[in-house]
Order: sequence, then structure tokens, then C-alpha cells
Amino acid sequence: MAQTYQLDKSPSLPSTPGRGQDDMLVVRNLKKYFPVKGGILRRTIAEVKAVDDVSFTIKRGETLGLVGESGCGKSTTGRTILRLLPATDGMVHFEGRDVLNASNREMKALRRDMQIVFQDPYASLDPRIPVGESIAEGLKIHGIGDRRERVERVRNVLLKVGLRPELARRFPHEFSGGQRQRIGIARALVMEPKLIVCDEPVSALDVSVQSQVLNLLNQLQSDLGLTYLFIAHNLSVVEHISDRVGVMYLGQMAELASREELFRNPLHPYTKSLISAIPMPDPTLRRQRIILRGDVPSPLNPPSGCRFHTRCFRAEDVCKEVVPAFEEKEPGHWAACHFAGEFER
Amino acid sequence: MAVTTQQFEGTDILEQKIESPFVAVLRRFARHRLAVASTVVLGIIVLMAVAAPLITAYDPNYNVPRDKNLPPSWEHIMGTDYVGRDVFARLLYAGRISLGIAFITVFFSDALGVVIGVISGYFGGWLDALIMRTVDFMLTLPLLPILLVLITIFSPSIKLLVIVLVLTGWVSSARLIRGQILSVREREYVEASRALAASDPRIMFRHLLPNTIAPIIVNVTLGLSGIIITEAALSYLGFGVQPPDASWGNMLQAVDQTVLNRYAWQAFFPGFAIFLTSLCFNFIGDGLRDALDPRMKL
Repeated sequence: MAQTYQLDKSPSLPSTPGRGQDDMLVVRNLKKYFPVKGGILRRTIAEVKAVDDVSFTIKRGETLGLVGESGCGKSTTGRTILRLLPATDGMVHFEGRDVLNASNREMKALRRDMQIVFQDPYASLDPRIPVGESIAEGLKIHGIGDRRERVERVRNVLLKVGLRPELARRFPHEFSGGQRQRIGIARALVMEPKLIVCDEPVSALDVSVQSQVLNLLNQLQSDLGLTYLFIAHNLSVVEHISDRVGVMYLGQMAELASREELFRNPLHPYTKSLISAIPMPDPTLRRQRIILRGDVPSPLNPPSGCRFHTRCFRAEDVCKEVVPAFEEKEPGHWAACHFAGEFER
Repeated sequence: MAVTTQQFEGTDILEQKIESPFVAVLRRFARHRLAVASTVVLGIIVLMAVAAPLITAYDPNYNVPRDKNLPPSWEHIMGTDYVGRDVFARLLYAGRISLGIAFITVFFSDALGVVIGVISGYFGGWLDALIMRTVDFMLTLPLLPILLVLITIFSPSIKLLVIVLVLTGWVSSARLIRGQILSVREREYVEASRALAASDPRIMFRHLLPNTIAPIIVNVTLGLSGIIITEAALSYLGFGVQPPDASWGNMLQAVDQTVLNRYAWQAFFPGFAIFLTSLCFNFIGDGLRDALDPRMKL
């Protein structure tokens, strides 16, 4: 088990990344810095380190949940993996294929296998194009099937996501948010991808609709053997859908473990405080809430040492100076904290 | 997955009529009364200009010196001008030229502006900077004196007039389109297309352009009104359409104090044609702007 999750922190990367056959996506030391330009010469005066040295592996058929506050870099991570944003540094391998250095042709092939579902179901469909055509766009780009076959595939995929196929000729504005999200899923699904990056696919939906879409995603996963990178800021959602969960803070991975392990035995103080904030539908339950003070510091100028030390209830002097390594504290359970698991002082 | 027992969503939508965005725009435009009236009036003006030989028997360039400066009558419903030509006939044929210049100019200048604007906004970087500084530079030039100089260097003709108007006209639409592209290209559906490996031209012309069409259409209508006036001004000054060809602008050329006092119809009718046409284009532009804006619930 431990070997499958082996994370290589050394700068020299192995030529064949990931040790298990089942490692579908291997991300190593991924960095995405956004330059901040200023002055008349538009020179780079600073950098926002949106993703700073993130490593993880997703196994075939599993769901890796990625959680964190707004602006912690989880969406940027997802987009950089798909090369919708150029990475600053690092390595992404999909089934052994180098994503970040792929040629245009290789990238086109990779895009069939790696798809994305977006957060905002209102912004992610072109309002001027009937939804059937939006779904068929990928087929057209990749030259899959003739016109009739594409229509048939769109029909089938609409059925799969629980929409009536006759709706293909309708325009996005006629659909509700949840229905549009199903269309967004259909657009990804029609390519028959292996990996889908779900970028907060339910956070813009009503709670009742959220569960429908989550169940649909679950159903599709078991039917089609999909692998998900599921990005969310809602811990209950992530707990519902993930096999393993990664917690991000200010562009870095704070903790990564299997779902049961992470929720039962959080090692990082940040994770612990997040879990203590999950609302419980039981008014008699009394728990100790850990309230984080202050706001997330600016990623323009992140705190020295451990990035979380400014808000950590467990912080000591060493945290201000020494960056904690992201280490396997227990088998399959990774955390970046000097005092991982030691919550009593 | 048990398809037979599964609930499929969207039965409620099926009961609605399919309304494409285009039909929705037409429906909303139809509620804008002034714009609809303007469309009708403009349609009549265009029709009359096109069908000029069927409407009047007079040759617009045939002068009868004996009949000069006649007031409106049954024979000459808009009177005659200072050399004895029928004003109504001239007005109709002038409409062909004035409207023709306007449509051709706006078509080419907006087409040029759209292509340059889309490229500038989509690719960004140094290309965008270069194009936009060029646009800034051209917008600082005082248009009329430049046109006068250019037209003086070459001999004035309709062709030259159109070329000059196109070369100066694309800048404002390029800037407008670029701004629109900048906002639309950040939408998630563009990213979705990119995730499907869509090519740059596909993204630009399949997704970006159709979603900036509203301001383009409004710009075109307002541009038509602007060109009508610019052409009239240039022709009035003698740098545009050259006599004996008639345009609404050069029909005003001979107008001076005496004419205004004694033969006012010679100034009134072409002036009114310019005013009415330009007004119609403006109202249509307003109506389209409202109809094309999805936030306006009409």
C-alpha cells in the first residue's frame, strides 16, 4: 500500500514515475506561479504562488478529493494538470505519458482521455449553441463518427446523464442549473475519457440538486470505470464521493490520506480544524470547535516556514522558520506538519 | 444502469416551444416601437432609392435652365434646383449613392475591425499592444482634416471616399470587439472547448465571435448613421461625391443664404433625408441594443 502512494520529494525525478501499474495520474512537484506585472515596462514585480510544489498520485478507478479554502490553488491544480494553464514547473504523467511536455498532436490525443467538468453550469455552456452541438463538439474536433453517428452518441450520453435525448436541440438558457451540469458532464463523457477533473461541480447548485449530481457522478463511475479528481471546498461533499482526500492550504498540500483515515484521524491541525467545522445534523451533539482566526494570508507573500503557522493553534517557534516536509507519517497517510497528530500541548 | 426505470429530466422543457436566441431577439425587437417604425421608414427609403427609375420619370442629371428654382408643384413634387433639375429625382438617385457608400463602407470597415479586434483580443501580448497603440494613434487624428488632405492629394472619387472611410473606420470597431473578446475569452465554455482540443480559429470564430455579435450589430447600425453624416459633410464641402452625380451631401452644396431665403425646398429635402435616415439607424441601433442584451427583460 505504502509503495503505491510513494511520493518522491527529491528534485531528480524517476524516469518511470509511479511504481504501481494502477497509477493513472502522477503529479510531482507541480508549480504554477502567476506573474504580477507592474510599472510602465510591465515587468514582473512579484509572483503569486498559486500552486507551490504539489505532488500526488491518482489510481485507476478511484476518486481523489481535493479540498481547501477559496484561493488555495485547488482549481489551478486541476487546470494545470489538464494544461489549460501552462505549468511553471513540475511533472504530470497520465498513464505514463508526459502531459506538460506533450506536442500538440500528443496533447490532442491526451485530451480525449482527460476531461473536465466546470463549477459554473451557467458559464460553461456556450449560450448561442444548442446543447447537443456543444456536447458533440469534441467528437467533431476529433473526427469521431459521421454526422449520424454523432447524433446517436449525443443521444446515448444524454440518456446516461438522465436527460431526455430530445433536448439536444434546446439552448442552454432553457435548462435549470442541475440540468446544465448534467449537460456539462455529458460533454465530458461523450469523449469516453478515463479521467475527469471535476472542478467544484456541485458548489453552484442547490443542496437537493447537489446530491442528484453527486449520485450521478458516482453511478457513472461504477458503470464506466471512471477516475475522478474531485475538487471542492465542501468537506461533506468530498467525504461522500472520495476514496482519498487531499487537503490544500495556500498552494501546498497539507495532508493526504484515505477518506476514512483523514476524517477519523486527521494529523494536520488545519485538517483537524476544518473537520471540526463540519455541521452535524444532531443538535444534542456538543463538540469542540476549532475556530481559525484571521484570513488566509496572501499567496503573494506567504508566511515563512510552515505557511499555516499564522493561524495554527499548535504552532511553535520552529514552525515560523522551518518548512515542514510533506512526509508519510503513517502508512498511506501524508502530512506536512512538524507536530503531525500531536494535538495536546 | 436500469434505463427503463430511470427518471429522465426535461419533460417540462419539451413542452415549451423551441426558441433560438435569434427568434428571441426578433421578438424583443418587435416590442421596441420606435425601432420597428424606424425599420419600416428606412425600408421605404431604401426601396425608393433602389426603385428610383420606377418612381420618377425625370433624369436626375437632366437640366432645363428655363425651369430652374421652381417651387414644389404637381409636376416637380420637390421643386427644381438652381440649374433646373428635378429635386425629387435627384434625391432618389442620391439615396442610391449615399446609402450605397454607407453600406459598403460599414461592411468593409467593420469586417476589418472585427477580424483585427478578434485577433488582438484573443492572442494578446505584443501583437495586441501593437494593434491597440496603432488604434490609439489613429483615434487621436482629427478625422476631417486628414480626409480633406488625403482626398486633395488624390482626385476625389466615390472609390477613394470609400477607401478612406474604411481605412479610418475600422479602428473604433476593432477596439470595441477586442474589449468584448477579452471578457468572453475568460468564460468557462471557452476553456471547455480548449479542454476538447479545439483549435484557435475554432474558438475565435465558433465561440468568441458569435458571443460578441450583439455589440457588433449595434456598432454597425450606429456606424451606418455616422457614415451617412460624414459622407454628407465631405460631399457638402466638395471633397466627396462629385457633381453631376448626386448625393444627399452634395445636393446641399449650392445652398447659401439666398437659397435658404428664397428656395428653401432645395435645402430642406436632402437635409431631411439625411436627418431621417440617420435618425432611423440610431433608433434601430437602440432597439437592437436592448433586444440583444439578455439582461433586459422586455
